[in-house]
This record gives sequence, structure tokens and C-alpha cells, in this order.
Amino acid sequence: MPDLFAARSQMGVSLAFHIIFAVVGIGLPALMVLAEHRWRRTGDAVYLELAKRWSKGAAILFAVGAVSGTVLSFELGLLWPEFMKQAGPIIGMPFSLEGFAFFTEAIFLGIYLYGWNRISARAHVIAGVVVAVSGAISGVFVVIANAWMNTPRGFTLVDGRFTNIDPVAAMMTPASFPMALHMTLAAYAATGFAVAGIHAAMLLRDPTNAFHRHAFAIAILMGAPAAILQPLTGDISARYVAQQQPVKLAAMEGQFVTMRGAPLRIGGLPNVAERRTKYAIEIPHGLSFLATHDLNAEIKGLNDFPEDVWPPVPIVHVAFQIMVALGSFMALVALIVLFCQWRKRDVVTVRWLMMAVALSAPMGFICIEAGWTVTEVGRQPWVIYGILRTADAVTPMPGLIVPFLTFTALYVFLGVIVAWLLYEQVLRSPRGDDVRANQSRAA
Amino acid sequence: MFTPAVAIAGVVMVALNFYVLFAGADFGGGVWDFLASGPRRQAQRDVISHALAPIWEANHVWLILVIVLLFTCFPAAFATIAIALHIPLTLMLLGIVLRGSAFIFRSYGSDEDATQQRWGRVFAIASIVTPVLLGMCVGAIATGGLGMTSFTGHFAEHFIWPWLTLFGFGVGLMTLALFSFLAAVYLTVETEGTPLQNDFRTRALCAAVAVFVLAFGVLALSWRAAPIVREGLMAGSLALPIHIVTGISAVTAIAALWTRRFKLARAAAAAQVTFILWGWAAAQYPYLLPPTLTIEAAAAPSRTLVLVLWALAAGACVLFPSLFYLFRIFKLQGRS
Repeated sequence: MPDLFAARSQMGVSLAFHIIFAVVGIGLPALMVLAEHRWRRTGDAVYLELAKRWSKGAAILFAVGAVSGTVLSFELGLLWPEFMKQAGPIIGMPFSLEGFAFFTEAIFLGIYLYGWNRISARAHVIAGVVVAVSGAISGVFVVIANAWMNTPRGFTLVDGRFTNIDPVAAMMTPASFPMALHMTLAAYAATGFAVAGIHAAMLLRDPTNAFHRHAFAIAILMGAPAAILQPLTGDISARYVAQQQPVKLAAMEGQFVTMRGAPLRIGGLPNVAERRTKYAIEIPHGLSFLATHDLNAEIKGLNDFPEDVWPPVPIVHVAFQIMVALGSFMALVALIVLFCQWRKRDVVTVRWLMMAVALSAPMGFICIEAGWTVTEVGRQPWVIYGILRTADAVTPMPGLIVPFLTFTALYVFLGVIVAWLLYEQVLRSPRGDDVRANQSRAA
Repeated sequence: MFTPAVAIAGVVMVALNFYVLFAGADFGGGVWDFLASGPRRQAQRDVISHALAPIWEANHVWLILVIVLLFTCFPAAFATIAIALHIPLTLMLLGIVLRGSAFIFRSYGSDEDATQQRWGRVFAIASIVTPVLLGMCVGAIATGGLGMTSFTGHFAEHFIWPWLTLFGFGVGLMTLALFSFLAAVYLTVETEGTPLQNDFRTRALCAAVAVFVLAFGVLALSWRAAPIVREGLMAGSLALPIHIVTGISAVTAIAALWTRRFKLARAAAAAQVTFILWGWAAAQYPYLLPPTLTIEAAAAPSRTLVLVLWALAAGACVLFPSLFYLFRIFKLQGRS
């Protein structure tokens, strides 16, 4: 395995692993604090059990997220020293701010988890809110740093070197807002649907279980609105990509020929050798409309660009199709759920709808992984779009297959254990004594 | 002399200092978990776990702050460190991941003895290996072995010999001893009024002896291995005052442990470790990576440095009250 490919694979595996923990670290604290709030309002011990379970989940996932995030902060240099050497002073700003947001999150999560009996009820809820908010802010800063890699701004390039650096302008690139918005909502949609979906599956077998009913109600309340908004924020993202990264857009759509009124392709497989995308359902003028809101706008095809600046087209196209398909399914399910709730129907009794929610449990995370594949693989062959090639940024260290395989094995191992712990500690139906213990505590 | 670059280098050292004082003690806790013995073995482990649980993640963030400040403000130094120390840093990361995960798996996993023991073992071993690797990286920087700029040629020459030295290993062991010392001293305060206090007092005294022996060993090894740092330690203008205050803190810590004034011992131990760290920094000044790369030469453009200083000031206004609140709840209110 060539070193460049090993380095890219290691970075990919590390990000794919970490992003799940980062996302749940944004979504789960919000659920946990909502549950605690309801418990304090209603005195219903099931809500307390939920708050405790979800805070355990948050604790486990935050810890693994914190250490895998540490690995990433080092890997930026361990794998891409040339990139960090040049880009560090420009994009260090959002990372520095993220450091403080992360600090706040870690501090208040400690207070929340271990402070149940040490601080007032009000202070405890506030600590939970601080965890949820600082988690989201932390994510926004990291995405802003990544946005710069896609749409670099805030410098003058002289002989391939960055001069006249403006770190503030570097934070406000055309990609910053759309990416931060789309990613933050993705975190709420994915976490909400994952939790709601798992409890929906349990409710199919045990429809009167109050624990699963309460869990489902809170989780869908967070996941459904976010899932409905996602196609809209995705549209904002698509339009910046069309403007700023036309090669990426062409790869996402498998568009080889430059044309006016370009069609939107659903499915299909780009064939790079033949330079066309086969087996796709084409909606006339669809792409031109979605990318620019003009039915006859010209869309640049891949053929207009030299092949050495193409990303791996089939991967980007297929990943994009997966994200759009699953995201649309989630949005549709979310709409139906909210419609039922608006009509005062008990959603839990609508079996087919609960099956659909259960089916969507993993979809948000698959969407996130696919979406990042589009963003990051679609940025290739550049690490800084249009400026520094990934191949020129890689470390001279040889034998990178060794750390790649080591971290992959470690992360698979940790992933299995975390999944098992989450089932045992968070999702499993509570035994009677769990809730009774809380009832006596609440009394 | 007091430029933005020097100010940020100072902040990096302050962050490293906090990391050592807080997270260092968490690693030390893992060492004492590994070495738990005697009739109160389980109780020792429980109190260590209890002491770490609410704070270890916050303590860990200091390291991330150090890394972020390095790559933002001293990108040239960061790139060189990341290339030349790829292997020990990767091993250290594996240690960090395993320690954190094992700790949380033990805390939240099943109560079965076998599971608890398995994760406890991973936690303890990772707590021992990681500080040694951290110390070896620091040692490698101090030797001046990272000065090279091109990485073509023999593999071992570039990626192994700079850090795999006797001196580096000495610094690694000394780091481990210092972390264990801090942990044992802090734990004497946490176990006030219980028989465990004696256990940790004995451990703290043993660790103090280890620190003393290793400190002289490292100084002797620096004679040949790290000439710039040795020169700074022996002849720098700040050398004598720093040696004196370090010595006073060390003697105070031991005397306070001996006479059972544990809160004084905690303060003195923290001071001792702090002075050792700043002694190294002063000895190496103005070099970030001896023998060639100075703080000024490695620094990012001043626009970035000034902005980061403002961000640090703003961040500190959020961070320190939050940290104070955390420690007041779990460390100053007494145990419940």
C-alpha cells in the first residue's frame, strides 16, 4: 500500500470513527437535559431514568470522542505536516476557539455526571445545557476549519506561500455558514432518529412500555424538525459548491459534459473511462435548477477540467446519492410523524410508521459518513482546494500502513465495546428496580 | 525580548504546566492503581477512580490546547516534531486512547470482577506507558536531535535515533516518577482521616526518592546528550534561582509528608514539579527546538499571534471560572 494512500486511509478511518462520537456528543446532551427538565416538571421517575441513562451514554461516547479527537489533532501533523506548516497560522483560530468550547464541555459534563447530589437542581440543569451548547459550538468551529480547506480565503498567495494572512477572513469563507448549518442539523437529526428508531423497534414488541414511549417522544421531537430542515440546508450547500467547487459538483452529479439545462441524476454509476454516467434516472433541467435556481443555467462538466484535478468520481457520486436518498427518506418519515402528532394520533400505534422510524435508526449516521465522503473525497486531489495537493502535504515517514492498520483495528475493537455498553447501559428496557429506585429517590 | 511569540510560548508552557499538574496526576493515579497492594488494595483503587472520574477529561484538554497552540503559532516546530517524533507520538496516542477508553469502560461496564479487572489492567498499563513516551518526546526535543530539515536518507537516523536515547528514556522515567509523586501526594489529601492516607503517604515518599535519583541521573546524562539544555541548567542566569526554589519545594514536600501536613505537601509538590518544568524551559530559551530553531524563527505571522492572544484572553475568562467551579464542587467541598 503506497504511503499516501495509507495516510489518507488512516485519516479517513479516524474521521469516520470520531465523527460518530462528535455527533452524538452534540445530540445526546440535548436529549439528556430535556429528559431531566421533564422529570423536574412532572416528577415522573421514568424521565429521571432516561436522563440518567442518556447521561451515561453521553459519558461513554464523550470519553471515546475526546480521546479519538486528540488522535486527530495530532494526526493533522503526524500525517500532513506540510499542510499544517502552511495552514496552521491561518486555520488555527477556529481550532483554538474549539479548544475552549471543548474545555467547557468537558468541565460541565463532569459537573453534570457527578454533581447530581452536589449542586442545586437549577445549577444541574444549567450544567447540562452548557454541555449541549458547548458541544454544538465546538462542532461548528471544527467545521469552519474544514470549510477553509474547501474554500480557502484570507491570504495572498506569493510563490506558493501564504502571505498577508487574515485568520478572521479565513473563518468566514463561502463554505463556512452552509457547512456549519448543515452539519449541526445533521447531528440533531442523526442522534434523534437513531435514538427514536431504536426505541421504536422496542415499542413494536412492547407498545405500552413507558420507558421506550418517553424516550421515543423526546428523541423524535429533536430528530424530526432537524430532518425536515436538512434538504433545505442541503440546497444552500449545493449552491455554494456549484459556485466555488464546480469540479466537485460535476463529480457529485456524474456530469461529464458542460451543458445548459443539465439533468438531475438519481442513482447511476459514472464510468470515468467512457466519460458518462450510466443507469441513472434523469430529471430534465433538475441539476441546473437545484444548483442555481435557474432551469437553463450552464453546469460545467468534468470534461472541461484536466483529469488530474478530478476527484474519484464514482465514490463522490455514489456517496452523494446515498446521502440524498436516505436523507429524503428521513425527512419524509419525519413529516408523517409530525403530521400524525398534529392530528393527535398516537404515533406508537401506527405500526408501519414505527417500522419506518426503526428502519431510519442508522440512516442519519450513514448520511453523515456519506456526506463527509462527498465533502472530503470530493475535495481531492487537493488538501487545500486549488492550492496544495494532498500528495505534497503527506509526511516523509515511510511504512504508514502500520499505523493505519493499528488504528483501524483499535477503532473497530473500541466500536464493538461501545456498542455493547450502550445496549447494556442505555437502551435495554429497564428492570422494574431501576425505575423504582428512582421513584424512591424522587419521593 | 517580550514579543507576542515569546508570550505565546509562555502560554504553551503554562498549558503544559497545567497538563502536568492535573492530567499528570491522573496518569499517576493509574500507576498507583497498577501498584495497589496490601489489605486495602481494592479501597486504594476505588479512591483513585473516585478522584479521577469527574475531572480527568477536563484535565486532558490541556494537552489539546498545547497542540493547537503549537500548530497555530509555531507551525514550523510542530511540523518538525510531528515528522521526527511520529513513532513515539503515535504510541503515546495509542496509550491515551486506551487509557481513557479503559477507564470509562471500567466505570460504566458490568460490575463483574473479571471485566473490572481486565479494564483496570489496560487503564493502569496505559497510564504507565504514556507518560514515559511523553517524557521521551520532551527529551528528544531537549537533546537538539530534531534540528534537521530534510528527511531523505536512512530511516532510523531520522525516525528512531532522535528519540530513542538513554537520556530520552531517563526523562521518560522521570516524567513517570513525577506524575506518580503528584498523584500520591494529592491522594493523601483526598483520603484525609482514613487508613488509606498512610498508604499514599508511603507511596508519595517512595516516589519522592525516585524523582530525586532520576533527576540527578538525567542531569548526568544531559552532560553528553543535551549540551544546550545542560549549559542552561548549569550556567544560565536563571539557573541558580530555579535550582534553589526547586530544591526548597522538594525538601518542603518531603518534610511536610513526613510531618503529615498534607495540604502543604500538595502545594510544595506542585511547586516542585512546576519549577522543574520551567527550569527546562529557561534552560532551552530562546530555542523552541534546539540547536537551531528559536521561538521567533518558528513563529507564525504576528497577525495570527496577536489574534490568538486575544482569543486566549477571552477563553481564559470562560475557562478559569469554569475550572474553579469544577474543582470547588469535587475537590474543595470535601468528599461525600
